[in-house]
Amino acid sequence: MSDATRAEVAVIACAELFRGDGEILASPMGLIPSLGARLARLTFEPDLLLTDGEACLVTDSAVEGWQPFRKVLDTVVPHGKRHVVMGANQIDRHGNQNISAIGDHTRPKKQLLGMRGAPGNTVNHRTSYWVPRHSRRVFVDEVDVVCGVGFERARDAGVERFHDLHRVVTNLGVLDLRPDGIRLLSVHPGVSVDDVVENTTFELDVTQAVETRLPSAEELHLLRDVLDPKSLRDKEVR
Amino acid sequence: MDKRMTADEVVAQLWDGMTLGIGGWGSRRKPMALIRAILRSPLKDLTIVSYGGPDVGLLASAGKIRRLVFGFVTLDSVPFDPWFNRARENGDIEVTEYDEGVFGTGLSAAAQRLPFLPTRAGLGSDVLRYNPELRTIRSPYTDEELLAVPALKLDASLVHLNRADARGNAQYLGPDPYFDELFALAADRCYVSTERIVDEFDGPVQTLLLNRASVHGVVETPHGAHFTTAAPDYGRDEPFQRHYAASAKDPELWPAFVDRFLSGDEASYQAAIAEFA
Repeated sequence: MSDATRAEVAVIACAELFRGDGEILASPMGLIPSLGARLARLTFEPDLLLTDGEACLVTDSAVEGWQPFRKVLDTVVPHGKRHVVMGANQIDRHGNQNISAIGDHTRPKKQLLGMRGAPGNTVNHRTSYWVPRHSRRVFVDEVDVVCGVGFERARDAGVERFHDLHRVVTNLGVLDLRPDGIRLLSVHPGVSVDDVVENTTFELDVTQAVETRLPSAEELHLLRDVLDPKSLRDKEVR
Repeated sequence: MDKRMTADEVVAQLWDGMTLGIGGWGSRRKPMALIRAILRSPLKDLTIVSYGGPDVGLLASAGKIRRLVFGFVTLDSVPFDPWFNRARENGDIEVTEYDEGVFGTGLSAAAQRLPFLPTRAGLGSDVLRYNPELRTIRSPYTDEELLAVPALKLDASLVHLNRADARGNAQYLGPDPYFDELFALAADRCYVSTERIVDEFDGPVQTLLLNRASVHGVVETPHGAHFTTAAPDYGRDEPFQRHYAASAKDPELWPAFVDRFLSGDEASYQAAIAEFA
C-alpha cells in the first residue's frame, strides 16, 4: 500500500495532463497543477518549458528565456505551443468554464476574477482545468458566464481548429472533456464513482472509470523532498 | 523641453468623464501615487481602462469610476480586490469585460491608429454576448471569421516607470514592461511617474521603453508604485496589501484606513506607510 496523500495523487494526475506534450510551454495556474508540471518535467516530459510565474522561462537551475505578459498574449497563446491548466469556478456539461462572475453579469451575485485569458486560451491551444473542491456548485448544467469556450460554442463560432479541451483534475478524480459528453476517467484512491456522480450536476459517462494511478517511489521522493518539502500541497487538498 | 510636474498638476490636466488608461498589471508597477492624487481631487465619472489591480479598487472606493474596461481585477497574492467586487455586486459601475489578449489587441489598434485589429480570442465566449457592439470580420484570404477588436482609444494614460529623464524618456528595470508602451501610444496624452528622475540612463538600451515623443508629463515620486511592485527598486508590500484588502472588505474598518493613509498628501501617505511597516 502506498502512503500517498490525496494531494499527492492530485499532483500526479496533474502531471499526467502533460504526458506527450513534448517541447511546449506548460502554464499551470495554482499550486497543485504547478507541482504536477514540474514533476512531469523532472520525470517523463523533460522538454516542457516552464516559467517562474513572472517574466522568465526557467529550468531547474537557470533562466532560459524571457516571456513577459505582452509576449504571452501577442505570440505565445496565438502561436499555440502551450498547455494551460486553469482554475474553474464553474464547468458545465458542454465544457464551458466560468471564472468571471456568478449570477447576472450586469450585477453579479459574486464577482470573481474576470475573463482573464480564458477565452483566448481555449480557442488557441490545449486547455485543462484544476478544481480543488469537486461539488455541484462547480459542475453545473450551464455556467453563468462563458469564459473558457466549450465544444458547442467552439463549433458554432467556427473556432474548432485549435480548440483542444483536455481534462479536469479534481480532488476526487479525473474527467475527460469530450464533445459527445463528459467522461469520468478515474477516481482517486478512497473515492467511489458514486462520490463523483453525487457531486456533479450533469450526467457523466462512468463506464470506463478506473482508479487514478499512485505516485511511484521516485515521484514521491521528488515531490516530498525536492519540489514541496514544506508540504503546502496538503493545505490545498486533504 | 522640461516636462517635470507634480502629481496634483497631472490630475489638474484630467477632466470628468474622460477615458483614462492605467499601466502596470494587477498589483504590479501601478502608478499608485497618481491614483492617490486622483482620490484627493474632485475628478469623477471616469472610464478606466486597466489590467486591474488596487488602482481599480481604490478608484472604486471613492466612486470615481463610471465604466471599467478590463480583463481581470486582482491583487495577485490576494485573489480579489474587495472594493472592485463590492462595486460590481452593488451594480455601481458599468463594465466592458474583455479577454486579456483582446484588451491588448484593442490597445495595439489604438497605438497603430487602426480602427480595429483581428484576433481569434473572444470568439465563442461571452465577451461577445456582453459587448454586443463587437463585430467579426471574415478573412479575405481564407474562410476564417475573426473578432474585429475596436481600437481602445484613450484620452490620457498614467504609467509608473523605474527611471525617467525630465524630457519624458522612461525606463523599466524589472523583468516585465507590461503594456505601458501601448498605454502611452494609445493615449492622446501620457503621464509618467517615476522612482527617480535621472540625467543619464544606466542599463541595457532595450529597457528604455518610452521615448519622449509620447510622454507629456514626468512626476518624480519615490515609492510611487507602493503597495504594488516596482522591481528592482522594491517588491510588493504584502503586509500592507493584506491590510488594505482586510480594510476594504469590512465597511467598518475602511474609514480608519482612509483616515490613516488617504486623508493627506503623498508625503503623509509615505510617512504613514513607514510607520505601518
